Amino acid sequence: MSAYVTKSPWVVHYDGSSCNGCDIEVLACLTPMYDVERFGIINCGNPKHADVFLVTGSVNEQNKGIVKQIYEQMPEPKVVVAVGICACSGGIFKDCYNVLGGVDQVIPVDAYVPGCAARPEAIIDAVVKGLGVLQAKRDAMLEQKPAEEAPAEEAVEETAEAVEEVKEEGGEE
Amino acid sequence: MGKRTIIPFGPQHPVLPEPIHLDLVLEDETVVEAIPSIGYIHRGLEKLCEIKDFNQMVYVIERICGICSFGHGWGAVASMEGAMGVQAPERAEYLRTILHELGRVHSHLLWLGLLADGFGFESLFNHCWRIRETVLDLFEKNTGGRVIFSICKVGGMRKDISNENLKEMKEVLEGLKAEIKEITDVFINDASVQNRMVGVGVLTKEEAEELCAVGPVARASGVPQDIRMTDNHGVYGKLGFEPVLEEAGDCMARTVVRIREVFQSIDLISAAIDQIPDGPVDMKVPNKIEGEYITRMEQPRGEAFYYAKGAGTKFLKRMRVRTPTNMNIPAMVKTLAGADLADVPMLVLTIDPCISCTER
Repeated sequence: MSAYVTKSPWVVHYDGSSCNGCDIEVLACLTPMYDVERFGIINCGNPKHADVFLVTGSVNEQNKGIVKQIYEQMPEPKVVVAVGICACSGGIFKDCYNVLGGVDQVIPVDAYVPGCAARPEAIIDAVVKGLGVLQAKRDAMLEQKPAEEAPAEEAVEETAEAVEEVKEEGGEE
Repeated sequence: MGKRTIIPFGPQHPVLPEPIHLDLVLEDETVVEAIPSIGYIHRGLEKLCEIKDFNQMVYVIERICGICSFGHGWGAVASMEGAMGVQAPERAEYLRTILHELGRVHSHLLWLGLLADGFGFESLFNHCWRIRETVLDLFEKNTGGRVIFSICKVGGMRKDISNENLKEMKEVLEGLKAEIKEITDVFINDASVQNRMVGVGVLTKEEAEELCAVGPVARASGVPQDIRMTDNHGVYGKLGFEPVLEEAGDCMARTVVRIREVFQSIDLISAAIDQIPDGPVDMKVPNKIEGEYITRMEQPRGEAFYYAKGAGTKFLKRMRVRTPTNMNIPAMVKTLAGADLADVPMLVLTIDPCISCTER
């Protein structure tokens, strides 16, 4: 059962408050040059179909509810990838009055993609990393029924440690 | 008369990569009224001019939008140069014009792809984006970035593009024309595409003028409005520029305007590369800025407006940008009233909405 999800993960994309640069790079991943569809990755509009949540841009008061809502609608197990420096920390817009900061202020993030704009190679790499986390979360769920709530409500902090942390937590459970 | 229902459209919607929210008031299948609400992407970046100096501000303004990023950078630079009273070297102006037009090719190809996706023609979407990658390769080779370039600065360009590279750019683009034509002919001639677009969402010339539509939306309704022919904008005066006009004002006309503009931009780039003079691309500018200046730019989506006011130091007192989508939203709301629910994605897409421009 687990094999199928990691072989054909579906993504849902939401633009927080990005400049479009990362969004068009996310779309570029799906088009013939990079073509992740050959690995079974499909961009679907429905959060209930998705395994991976790609967020570009930072969060603000207006959209944080929507980011949260999309995240909550996604079925377990799920993985969040923050695409671009704005989604990681706020980036160049960090000091703007309407920017709260990275996506991890609102939902737990599993993989971070640096760059302004994030390059398609980096986005693909992060999704592949995210699949490892997805597998770990799924294994944890299968081991322990009824499934417990996913690891943490609070934000995961360090870029490099984030992926490892979740994996470890998954392993312990 | 049917019962009125309200259908929310967005902010997260498959047809839009960006969040905009519309409340569609329906009577049966017909939209009676569309109420837009925006504010999901507002960052407030104009206020950053208080803590970032004018050189840094160029990079901030460039990141208003990742699709027309070069144009925004150029607009900011032009308004600041105007306030300082300096004129960038001629070669720099040529390079800016070339990159701006290249940005238009990339933007319109991207939009054609999204449009094809909007009416469910998935393979056409992928073909448009495949061709667009060639343009992005040109950008990457000459500026170092795929979508954000940071190559424009106050007083000129951060780096020159060699004449060999320009020549190669011209050859690649001329070669691309046949490929683009093959794809755009599908948009123009395919019967199923015509069924979706011809006669849908008509905006008359009077309405376009009254609602202050700009860019391809206005030009598709026969309004000869193009900043490239009116203002002192780059070197367009030397390239023999004529705006592209269509009369019908429907979705098809808006598409045809953009298709013709892709070819026009390639011709402009070729003409500019033939004429480009040798010389410096950068000059020394004062390190403080005072006075104020207004400039206008023709972005891929239409007229954009830039206002810079110096504080007499290296900071700006005020930076104001008004972007084309902002001006086209009234036209979109107008065309939505009376449309079928199934046509809503098409009508939203054919103004080429750029929400991150609108909200900044």
